[in-house]
Amino acid sequence: MSFINYAAREINCKLVYYGPGLCGKTTNLQQIYARVDPATKGKLISLATESERTLFFDFLPLDLGSIRGFKTRFHLYTVPGQVFYDASRKLILKGADGIVFVADSQVERMEANIESLENLEENLIEQGHTLTTLPHIIQYNKRDLPNVVPVADLQSTLNEHNTPWFEASAAKGTGVFETLKGAAKLILTDLKNKMAG
Amino acid sequence: MKDLILLAEDAERLTGALGRLCEEAKARAAFLVDPNGRLLASSGGAANLDTTSLASLVAGSMAATGSLAQILGEQGFSGLYLEGARAHLYLAVAAEGAILVVVFDGGSSLGLVRFRVKRAIDEVGRILADFAARDQRGEGPGPARAATELAEITDEEIDNLLSS
Repeated sequence: MSFINYAAREINCKLVYYGPGLCGKTTNLQQIYARVDPATKGKLISLATESERTLFFDFLPLDLGSIRGFKTRFHLYTVPGQVFYDASRKLILKGADGIVFVADSQVERMEANIESLENLEENLIEQGHTLTTLPHIIQYNKRDLPNVVPVADLQSTLNEHNTPWFEASAAKGTGVFETLKGAAKLILTDLKNKMAG
Repeated sequence: MKDLILLAEDAERLTGALGRLCEEAKARAAFLVDPNGRLLASSGGAANLDTTSLASLVAGSMAATGSLAQILGEQGFSGLYLEGARAHLYLAVAAEGAILVVVFDGGSSLGLVRFRVKRAIDEVGRILADFAARDQRGEGPGPARAATELAEITDEEIDNLLSS
């Protein structure tokens, strides 16, 4: 649900990074935070355990610039990836305008990717959405590691909806902004289309 | 869920209600946050606070609190009080799941804040109900104007925004 603050001339959108544990969701936000102009970002908040695993969510507010005199403000959230934090994932997912599904490209994480994607679809259905209606893109992360699944195989397994996708090595910052911009474009296009009725 | 469009006059009404709450409760600041963590309106000493972070964390706290209530078989908890050494927070659920946030210190008391918040919730509820009724009827030049303006955004403008 986008929030258009006509008084402040702001469009506020919520983008949620979803994916299995340790796939690099938090790393995406950390890289964005480290690289963007300080004037365009707020604080990066991480509600994490002592071992730096996401406990509840990470949050980063970001200004992407103005369009037709409206500031476009994106609120980036990550969910905790570990299977047993499903209640938290559901809470964070509420009101999302778009999703980035971060897949871990490593062979041994394919099952975790599939499980997380199924979990995303189940949680969206509970909230009255599906991946066919909600803007989403896929990031194939950790492409720099040696034991990765070929992109064609990832595509056939994880990209049933033929949505835009990006390769990334989030720890090195590669593909992070392409992913963000891809998601922002889908969300803004969706908003514009909804407004056009 | 529908997109929410807040017009200048809407913001004024909400800010007015929060201003009265601040004054009557002798609070430092008051905010209205939507359940998704977005700040709808604020009043009082809000300028000195990181309201974006505050709104996100408040929504997270209330969401977690709501889930805790369900575990206990409750419909929900109506309020949440966080006590600090100097500053305190009182959070309460208003209409449409919006969250009323009051920041106060030793110049006020929890009892006074809770009493005034109850009245403010009614007022905020009436205002939000007016917005909802207006949107349902499709009335008012404001939302239509805003929607038209956004619908006219071109793909090229979106590309330009994201190319920098």
